[in-house]
Amino acid sequence: MLDGGAIGRTAQPVMRLHGVGYRSGNTDILSDVELTIAAGVPTLLLGPNGSGKTTLLRLLMGLIGPSEGRVDVSAVDGVNTARRAFVFQKPVMLKRSTAANVSFALSAAGFPVDPLVVASLLQRVGLAALADRPARMLSGGEQQRLALARALARQPGILFLDEPTASLDPAQTKAVEDVVAAIAATGVIIVMATHDLGQARRLAGDVVFLVGGRVLEQTPATQFFDQPKTQAARRFLAGDLVI
Amino acid sequence: MRTRLIAQLLAAAAVTIGASAPSAAQDKSIIVASTTSTQDSGLFSHLLPLFKAKTAIDVKVVAQGTGQALDTGRRGDADVVFVHAKAQEEKLVADGFGVKRFDVMYNDFVLIGPKPDPARIKGSKDILAALKAIHLAAAPFVSRGDKSGTHSAELALWKAAMLDPAGAKPAWYREIGQGMGAALNTSSAMGAYVLSDRGTWISFKNKDALEIVVEGDAKLFNQYGIVLVNPDKHSAVKKDLGQAFIDWMISKEGQSEIRSYRIEGQQLFFPNANPEHLKKTE
Amino acid sequence: MDGVGAFSLLLSGDPALFAIVRLSLFVTLSAVMLAAAFGLPFGAFVALTQFRGRGGVIVALNALMGLPPVVVGLLVFLALSRSGPLGFLGLLFTPGAMIIAQAILIAPIIAALTRQVIEDLWVEYCDEFTAMDVSPLGRVAALLWDGRFSLVTIFLAGFGRAAAEVGAVMIVGGNIDGFTRVMTTTIALETSKGNLPLAIGLGLVLIAIVVAVNTLAWSVRQWSERHAG
Repeated sequence: MLDGGAIGRTAQPVMRLHGVGYRSGNTDILSDVELTIAAGVPTLLLGPNGSGKTTLLRLLMGLIGPSEGRVDVSAVDGVNTARRAFVFQKPVMLKRSTAANVSFALSAAGFPVDPLVVASLLQRVGLAALADRPARMLSGGEQQRLALARALARQPGILFLDEPTASLDPAQTKAVEDVVAAIAATGVIIVMATHDLGQARRLAGDVVFLVGGRVLEQTPATQFFDQPKTQAARRFLAGDLVI
Repeated sequence: MRTRLIAQLLAAAAVTIGASAPSAAQDKSIIVASTTSTQDSGLFSHLLPLFKAKTAIDVKVVAQGTGQALDTGRRGDADVVFVHAKAQEEKLVADGFGVKRFDVMYNDFVLIGPKPDPARIKGSKDILAALKAIHLAAAPFVSRGDKSGTHSAELALWKAAMLDPAGAKPAWYREIGQGMGAALNTSSAMGAYVLSDRGTWISFKNKDALEIVVEGDAKLFNQYGIVLVNPDKHSAVKKDLGQAFIDWMISKEGQSEIRSYRIEGQQLFFPNANPEHLKKTE
Repeated sequence: MDGVGAFSLLLSGDPALFAIVRLSLFVTLSAVMLAAAFGLPFGAFVALTQFRGRGGVIVALNALMGLPPVVVGLLVFLALSRSGPLGFLGLLFTPGAMIIAQAILIAPIIAALTRQVIEDLWVEYCDEFTAMDVSPLGRVAALLWDGRFSLVTIFLAGFGRAAAEVGAVMIVGGNIDGFTRVMTTTIALETSKGNLPLAIGLGLVLIAIVVAVNTLAWSVRQWSERHAG
């Protein structure tokens, strides 16, 4: 039925989904999801549009609860799994300056608003020069990076990203990916949805392949790309339209 | 931060409202409920500065229809009532809401009409005959309809003429429920007859199509009276300041100032206070 | 004196007319502040809270936007009259009574429009705020702040309605010369005196003031939108 790709892996699991389903009205958005998020490598949720990636991320973040099944969170040394952050596909900027957006996130997370911290967060996402610019006047890529800075302000153990580069040009995409890679390198667990195969290749540790609300494969990226197990994955990798 | 801003706004508003309430200790001011006709004639603008110069008392005039002014006194919202409807003033005193009524002055009513004079009554000195002629001609007539002193006087005149347009409500009889000035404006626009006090008429600026058609009938006599609101009914009434104003109005000085007030050379009010009123209650 | 006369009186600093204009602004601005102090939090509360009868409250707020000024004036009059429940305050026929009447008149406008603005913003911000763990109070504050440009427009709507209103202030203020006489009651008085040109002139002055206040607010909004996003 489904292939538990993480089985037998050595990485420490931080979140586990058991038989999770999510229903909206009479429509099953997610069905029977078994999934493990592990520390150490980024997890990429891969699949066509409408496959349930965003819903799965929102479930993992805790923005919505499962209609059935359960979500377990495990304590892991050195990772605050209780503190999670989310970067939405279309992040909403507060109507204030770039720096003030970061300050807001800091204070919402219960941290003191220290101008030095704000400056260093903006530095990490490459927006230091735009600190005083109204956030809504930033470009799409800049807004994504500001959303990353706001997420980082929470000092998250796990960071969820929902197609952060979906509407960006290659230069902006690279800027965002560089920031994500740098964040991953600091030990933050990255869970990112994308339908961009190239991005999955560049960033992935684990791949979770979703079609029609079901997890068809969970496996290390190299294995997924070299030896996809399911017919749907092979067609997806070949560029066919998978529904 | 925002909650503090809201708190500050609230505090500012409270202070603002509080500050605008007169503090009883130092405020030397009274409220006089009077009629639109007295105010619109400009009499108060003439008298009040003189009174203030002498007594340092600020007189705040709320100009209303006589009925409303009497009600304002009855509610205790004014210290002094100064109107022109003798029977109602005496009722105020009889009901215990007024201390005592004093005659102050009189003026007279005039019948105003459109220059074409459809009822052909211009120059008459008989108000009752004029009203009958208006009735016969079904010529437009504007009534205040606001229970004011002028309205009461008008109704009494119709009654004396054995007519009851206010009850029968024929199409030519228009009750507008507004003040004297508004009634004159309406009459001017409609080409209607209207009963007005002479003071408001003289100072009225929009006379255009109107003129006096009947005047000088003794029945058009209009007596003003002044009453102190009873402090036994309403403890907030400023008895001493209010009485000081009444005393001055019926004093030699006040009466002579009323006599000297003129618009375009015409005397508007004729003082007739009876000094004996000071001693006995009517 | 004619219509142009009203302007030249104002320009030449005629103290009586100047005092009337100043009192008008003072009363109306105070009323807007007072109404905002109640309307803003209440509108935000209704926007962000689910409770029984919420739909009814929203319909009532929207309906109350059309409160007839005369009715408000009458109710405030009855409450503040010496014979009324709040008569002991001694507020009838004072500027304070006029502020209260105008505030009651426009508080529903501010509350209803604030609810709309905040609710729309909330739809936009809901996910972000949930993900950021923003506290309930922090949400209200952030939404009010981010809705500030729309809220200024709401204040202007309230200001315009209060400044233009005559029925309520006439009843509760008494139109006392030099004390509670404002522009609208002066216009009514001059009209009743048949002094139509002066009344028109004062009306033009009133319109000019409302236009000036709106222009100022518009400029501030333009400036700050450019500089604060």
